[in-house]
Amino acid sequence: MTRNVWLFAGVAVLFILTGQLQSWNLSLSILNMCLLSAIMAMGVNMQWGYAGLFNTGVMGFAALGGLAVVLISAPAVPAGWAVGGPGILFALVVGAAAIGLAIVVYGWLPKGRTRTAAMLAVLIGGFFLYRYLFDPAAMAVESNDPAAAGNIGGLALPSLLAWPIGGVLAALAAWAIGKIALGLRSDYLAIATLGIAEIIVAVMRNEDWLARGVKNQTGLPRPWPVPYEVDLQQTASFLDGAATWGLDPVTTSSILVKLLYAVLFAVVLGLVIWGSERALNSPWGRMMRAIRDNEVSAEAMGKHVTRRHLHVFIIGSAVIGIAGAMMTSMEGQLTPGTYNPLRFTFLIWVMVIVGGSGNNWGSLLGALLIGWLWLIVETVGPGIMGAVASGMADGALKTHLIDSAQHMRLLTLGVILLVVLRFSPRGLIPEK
Amino acid sequence: MDFLNGLIAFLNFVFVPGLAYGSQLALGALGVTLIYGILRFSNFAHGDTMAFGTMVTILFTWWFQSMGISLGVLPTALLALPIGIAATALFVLATDRVVYRFYRRQKAASTILVIVSLGVMFVTNGIVRLIIGVDDQNFLDGARFVITAGDFKTMTGLSEGLAIKSTQVLTVVTAILVVAFLFWFLQKTRTGKSMRAFSDNEDLALLSGINPDRVVQVTWILAGALAAIAGVLYGLDKSFKPYTYYLLLLPIFASAIVGGLGSPIGAIAGGYVIAFSEVTVTYAWKKVLGYWLPENLAPDSLVQLLSTDYKFAVSFTILIIVLLFLPTGLFKGKSV
Repeated sequence: MTRNVWLFAGVAVLFILTGQLQSWNLSLSILNMCLLSAIMAMGVNMQWGYAGLFNTGVMGFAALGGLAVVLISAPAVPAGWAVGGPGILFALVVGAAAIGLAIVVYGWLPKGRTRTAAMLAVLIGGFFLYRYLFDPAAMAVESNDPAAAGNIGGLALPSLLAWPIGGVLAALAAWAIGKIALGLRSDYLAIATLGIAEIIVAVMRNEDWLARGVKNQTGLPRPWPVPYEVDLQQTASFLDGAATWGLDPVTTSSILVKLLYAVLFAVVLGLVIWGSERALNSPWGRMMRAIRDNEVSAEAMGKHVTRRHLHVFIIGSAVIGIAGAMMTSMEGQLTPGTYNPLRFTFLIWVMVIVGGSGNNWGSLLGALLIGWLWLIVETVGPGIMGAVASGMADGALKTHLIDSAQHMRLLTLGVILLVVLRFSPRGLIPEK
Repeated sequence: MDFLNGLIAFLNFVFVPGLAYGSQLALGALGVTLIYGILRFSNFAHGDTMAFGTMVTILFTWWFQSMGISLGVLPTALLALPIGIAATALFVLATDRVVYRFYRRQKAASTILVIVSLGVMFVTNGIVRLIIGVDDQNFLDGARFVITAGDFKTMTGLSEGLAIKSTQVLTVVTAILVVAFLFWFLQKTRTGKSMRAFSDNEDLALLSGINPDRVVQVTWILAGALAAIAGVLYGLDKSFKPYTYYLLLLPIFASAIVGGLGSPIGAIAGGYVIAFSEVTVTYAWKKVLGYWLPENLAPDSLVQLLSTDYKFAVSFTILIIVLLFLPTGLFKGKSV
C-alpha cells in the first residue's frame, strides 16, 4: 500500500517539476491529456484486465465519441440539413433495414443455395437502393457552402450532453463487432477491432456531410462551467483577483481554464473508477475474473462466457467513447486527420500493461506516467536530440537525427512494453 | 469489337492490377499463416517486418545505383533483394531469440504473444522510421512497362490499350517461383515435413524426435524471407511508405483468415480473393460497361461501388462474412 502511495507521489513530483521548470500551462495540459487517457485506460482495463479481451480498436471508439460531440453540440446548419438531411437519414434507415431483412431471411429460410441466393439478393439490392437514395442527398448537403459548412450540422445542444451520447455510439459499434467476433478465437477480436477502427476513422475523414471530414469541424462549444479565456480576461472580478495575487491575467486565465477541465475530468474519472471498483468486487466482478482465468470451468459452472464477454466489451468501449467525446470537447474541434492508432490505441495499451492490468489504480498510474513521458518527449525531445547532435558537423545526418526525435518515442514505447511484459508482467501495481 | 475493347479495359484496370496486388497479399499472408501454424499466434509485427525488409533492400538499391551497378531492364532492387531477405531473416531470428522464445518456453497464452508481437511491431516500426523516415520512397528503375497502352493500340488496332507494368510481371513471376519453392520445401524436404508435423500436432511431433527449436528457426527464416519479398514487390509496384505497410496488416490478415489460418494454400487463395474484391468494388465500371451494354443502357454515373478511400472496408467486410459463416476459412485452417 505504501509502495503505491510512493509511486503516485513520484508521478506527482514529475508534474510539479514540469510546472516549475517548464510552465504550469504545459504541466496542466499534459495532466488533462493524461486524465483523458486514464479514462480510456479504464475502458481497456475492463476489457483486458477483467475479461482478457484484446481490443485494438480504441482509436475507433474514441473517434466515435468525438463524432458525437459534433453531432450534438456543433452549431446547426439549417440550409444544409434542409437540402439533404432527411434524405440521408432515410437512406441510412433503408440500408439498415436491408441488413435487418437479410438477417430475417437467414433465420427464416432453410439452409441451402436458396437461402444464400435470397440473402445476397436482399443485400445487393439493398446496397444499390441505399446508394440511389444516399448519393444525391449527400451531394446536396456537401455542395451547400462547402467552404464554411457543407455538412448537416449539429443540434447546438450543450457539450456535456454529448459525452454520454459518445458512449452510446461507441457501445453500439462495440455491440455489432462483439456480436460477430466474440466467441471465436481470441485473435479474431483483435483483428476485427483493428479493422473497424480504421474504417470508422476513414468514414469520418471522407464523409464531408457528416462532420466536414478533413476540413475539420472547429468552433465546438466548451462544456458547462469552463469559460473562455477571452471572457475571463474581461471579467472585473477575475482581473481584481489576479491583481490582488499579483498574477499575470493572461497566463492565469488559461491556467484557470485548464484547472477547471482537470477538475471536470477528474470527476468523471472518479466516477468510472468508483463504478468499476464496485463492479470488480461484486459477484459480477468475481465471475468475470473466473471466466478470464479459466473459461472452460466457468462455462461448466453454467456461465454464458460469450454473453458476459459481450457485456464487458460494450461497457469498456462505452467508457472509451465517453473519454473520446471529452477530448473533442476540450479541444473544441474535431480533426479526423489526427487520429492515429499509435496515439489512441497502442499508447493506451502500454499504459494499462505498464500500470498493471486488472488493477484500476495501476491503469491510472500507468496513464499518468506514460502519458507524461509521451507528451514531455514531444516538447523536450527535439531539444535533447539537438544537444546530442550538437557536437556533429552540420549536414544531412544531423538534421535527420533531430527530425527523428519523434520516432524515438515509438521505439522507446515498444521497448518499454517488451521489457515490462518480460520482467514485470503484472505491472507496477499488480492485481490483488 | 466493342466487346473486345471492354474486355481489354477490364484486363487493364481490374484484372492485371488485381493479379499483382493479390500476389503481394498472398506472399504476405503466407508469412502470417506459417507463423500461425507453427508458433500459434497472429503476428501483428508482420507488416512492419515487411517494411524492414523493404527498407534494407532500398538502402542497398541506392548504394548499388550510386556505384553504377544495375540490372538493365530489371529493377536494381532485385539485386539488393537477397541482402534484404538475409537481413530480415536475421532480424526475425534475433527478435525470436530476445523476445518470443521466453514466452514459448513458458507456454504463454496466444493473446500474450499477440501483445508481445505488438511490442515488436513498435520497435520495428521505430527502427524503420528512424533509419529511412516516414516519407514515400520510390526505388524503381529499369524498364517501366513490358507493353504500353499506346503500343498495344497500334499493335491490335483496338481503341483501348492494355498496359502491363514490368513490376506487375515481376510480381507474378516471383510469386509463382516463391510459392513453388515453398510448397516443394514443405512437401518434399525433411525439414518441411517436420514443420507440417509440428503444425498438425505439436506433442506428437515432439515425441517422434523433431527438434522444435530448428522447426521454429526455419519458420522464422521463411516468414522473414516471405515478408521481405512481399514488401519489396509491393514497394516496387506502388511505393514504399512505412505507414502503408502497417495498414497492409488488415488485408493480409483478412487473406490469411479467409483462406483458413495455418493453411498455406488457403493464404494464397485468400490473397487473390481479397485483392480482386478490393479492385472490383473500388473500380469505376463506367468505361467497361459503356462497351458491353447497348447504347441506351450505358450508365451515366461512374458505377463505382465504393470510393477507393474505403478499400479497407472491403477486406474488413469479407473478413466479417468469413467469421460469420465460415470461421475456419475456405481451406479449413486451424480450429476456431
